[in-house]
Amino acid sequence: MTDDKDVLRDVWFGRIPTCFTLYQDEITEREAEPYYLLLPRISYLTLVTDKVKKHFQKVMRQEEVSEIWFEYEGTPLKWHYPIGLLFDLHASNTALPWSITVHFKNFPEKDLLHCHSKDVIEAHFMACIKEADALKHKSQVINEMQKKDHKQLWMGLQNDKFEQFWAINRKLMEYPPEDNGFRYIPFRIYQTTTERPFIQKLFRPIASGGQLHTLGDLLKDVCPSAITPE
Amino acid sequence: VDVLLKAVGDTPIMRTKKWAVERTRTIQGLVDFIKKFLKLMASEQLFIYVNQSFAPSPDQEVGTLYECFGSDGKLVLHYCKTQAWG
Repeated sequence: MTDDKDVLRDVWFGRIPTCFTLYQDEITEREAEPYYLLLPRISYLTLVTDKVKKHFQKVMRQEEVSEIWFEYEGTPLKWHYPIGLLFDLHASNTALPWSITVHFKNFPEKDLLHCHSKDVIEAHFMACIKEADALKHKSQVINEMQKKDHKQLWMGLQNDKFEQFWAINRKLMEYPPEDNGFRYIPFRIYQTTTERPFIQKLFRPIASGGQLHTLGDLLKDVCPSAITPE
Repeated sequence: VDVLLKAVGDTPIMRTKKWAVERTRTIQGLVDFIKKFLKLMASEQLFIYVNQSFAPSPDQEVGTLYECFGSDGKLVLHYCKTQAWG
């Protein structure tokens, strides 16, 4: 794990320069200037955009404002997907900064989940951690943790504290040396080509013959169409 | 896929517990179905849990959950009107 520290850091501190613009049909009292922000890839849109919300609400009338939501080139952005995933999925070919449109009206009920408070994000995030641990350790590690450890994971993410998060997450990433890996590797494969939300299957880190599985093995197994024939 | 629905706490039980659910049905779709079946109001909340531990997100498909967390040919889901497992 110590050898991976640099990689973990680079992943954690990955940022996407983003330009937020108010949707043209929103009614404002003054002109709304665009707002620029460096978005952390591993966080959630509704967790890191308080400043964006405040910025645009300043030029709007209170009665014109309801729940905020975000859109990129006509696609509503799901706040419960990590920001980096949204970018790679919808905008990986775009020139930077990533241009996101901000809406305060006509919430697309069919496409997005509501997010009325940070508690909703926390519940979603913890559910993801728990689901992953169910696959990795039959939930044993997460269940043995105390409430304050769960809180520390969440606060680490919310406040962008790498050390705080990894002090706890380290335990979730461990396995007994004799096992050579997790029970199953938690993964999700998102594709733009299908309507389905994602592919998720049981996948062991080690083949029946004892050799370690590679990412290529995983793709061959669960998503052969993603591999271009050589 | 076969889904076994179990009530938690004071949430009303369903007379039929075992349901054949399409793989592509989402958790949200299942929630809507249970609410209708129990004649709950649209505004009432309903939580669904896998393994009595985590709440899948509403857009997750039942088929995917079955493949990862099903056992003995069925997926056991607990449902509840209040949050049962943090």
